[in-house]
Amino acid sequence: MLSIRQLGVSFTQYDQGLNQRQLTVITDLDLEVQAGEVVAVVGASGSGKSLLAHAVLGILPDNAQVTGSLRFKGQPLTPARCAQLRGQDIALIPQSVGYLDPLMKVGPQVRRVAQLGGLSKAAAQTAVGRTFNRYDLLPSTQGRYPFQISGGMARRVLVATAVVSQADLVIADEPTPGLHPEIATETLTHLRELADEGRGVMVITHDIEAALQIADRVAVFYAGTTVEIAAAADFPERLRHPYTQALWRSLPQNDFIPVPGHQPSPDQLPTGCLFSDRCPWFTPDCAAERPALRSVRGGLVRCIHAD
Amino acid sequence: MQTNGLVGQGLWFRYSPRHPWTVRDISLSVGQGEVVGLMAPSGYGKTTLAKLLAGYLSPHRGSVLVEGNPLPRRGYCPVQLIFQNPELTVNPRWRIERILREGQAPTQLDRLGVHPGWLRRYPHELSGGELQRVAIARVLNPATRYLIADEITAMLDANTQAQIWQTVLAYVQQHQLGLLVIGHDAALLKRLCVGGASPKENRILDLTQPTTALVPQF
Ligand code: SF4
Repeated sequence: MLSIRQLGVSFTQYDQGLNQRQLTVITDLDLEVQAGEVVAVVGASGSGKSLLAHAVLGILPDNAQVTGSLRFKGQPLTPARCAQLRGQDIALIPQSVGYLDPLMKVGPQVRRVAQLGGLSKAAAQTAVGRTFNRYDLLPSTQGRYPFQISGGMARRVLVATAVVSQADLVIADEPTPGLHPEIATETLTHLRELADEGRGVMVITHDIEAALQIADRVAVFYAGTTVEIAAAADFPERLRHPYTQALWRSLPQNDFIPVPGHQPSPDQLPTGCLFSDRCPWFTPDCAAERPALRSVRGGLVRCIHAD
Repeated sequence: MQTNGLVGQGLWFRYSPRHPWTVRDISLSVGQGEVVGLMAPSGYGKTTLAKLLAGYLSPHRGSVLVEGNPLPRRGYCPVQLIFQNPELTVNPRWRIERILREGQAPTQLDRLGVHPGWLRRYPHELSGGELQRVAIARVLNPATRYLIADEITAMLDANTQAQIWQTVLAYVQQHQLGLLVIGHDAALLKRLCVGGASPKENRILDLTQPTTALVPQF
């Protein structure tokens, strides 16, 4: 459904002295999302996870330079096509109700999304009623303003919004932080259901545990690239990339021991492997060129020494 | 009544007389060298409670005492608060070096991974994770005796989270600070507060439990 090949996103930045800096925020990124599956995008903070969503939704800032290919249902995602698909075929579930219009009641707001998706006003109203019912939102919720609903209800309204849009591809951006564990689980279950009904779901999260509850596959991001694409079942024993392994070990329920160092700065990316300055397996070969994404034990990994 | 440590006694707070109580009769204490966890998803008044304990807000009823004394009205507060979003606590028009000079001299820049190259930059030129390291470096100084960490790594990946906490815990232990960790991640609180960094008996309190005196969970 969604196919991303060799995506690159960069910005040209000018500082006070009119010095030009080239910021490469996404490099050689590959990702597929099929109908009926949940793909989780996890990885380092600031590794370009949200920018990937922005690229798919066609909402990158104007000064972004995009290379590589983005295809949706076989056709290239041009900016014009993005604008046309956004909210209809491709829906975003945002991080918080902060994205809802604070001055508009919840019901009309969700109905508007359904109408944008092509339903008549009456059909949209029926769809909203049915969807609210499905997510245990009382009919009276429709008459409330976003600030009048609880955090758990807000999550369900945001999921309902994606459902009434009839989108085939749903992108959820950090759906769980700050939620009560029960509500987080409920939200994740709803995302899984969307995939089971035949949609493609991409979940962007820094919470690996949450991702593993529902994902079929997990794409691990580091410094703007996919370092590994693994089946959820590969965690933790069958992981291929040293960064993925380190990320797993650093969880508080595991060793809580981090790898030292930091992601390379986007204006000073190394020529070789992006993880080379922190990698315990480093050899001089790693610095020669960017490792290609290659197939290892049924998954994909961008590391020359993974086996 | 307890006089050692940071003690909040019978705290009540609401934002206006027309609002319901955000904080209702909460009492809790953090001793020197003690790490206390406070389990709280959003919507339980945790941030308001944190602000009361650090003197950003005054309780309508109840008191906040440090070693038996009220919080100082001016000058550097010995109770320092770190938020989830560092953007809200730094002056956006100051360079990082000035932000760091504002308090006492920070001692942990290197260990927190605050890169010297960041010092000449402005807050918006750093990522959220980078700016959070700056915000933490700013309060790890000798004048800080108690630290309240309100979901400080909730938006960060596990490796960055572990890096930040290992540094903070080592500092807290070395200088015998009291630390109140507020969060919703049970695994993290357990790691930080139970049998972890501090040799004293540590506690995790649950703000969602209907009780006035917060009780240990583990
Ligand atoms: S290519 Fe080399 S430096 Fe990069 S992850 Fe693999 S072993 Fe480490």
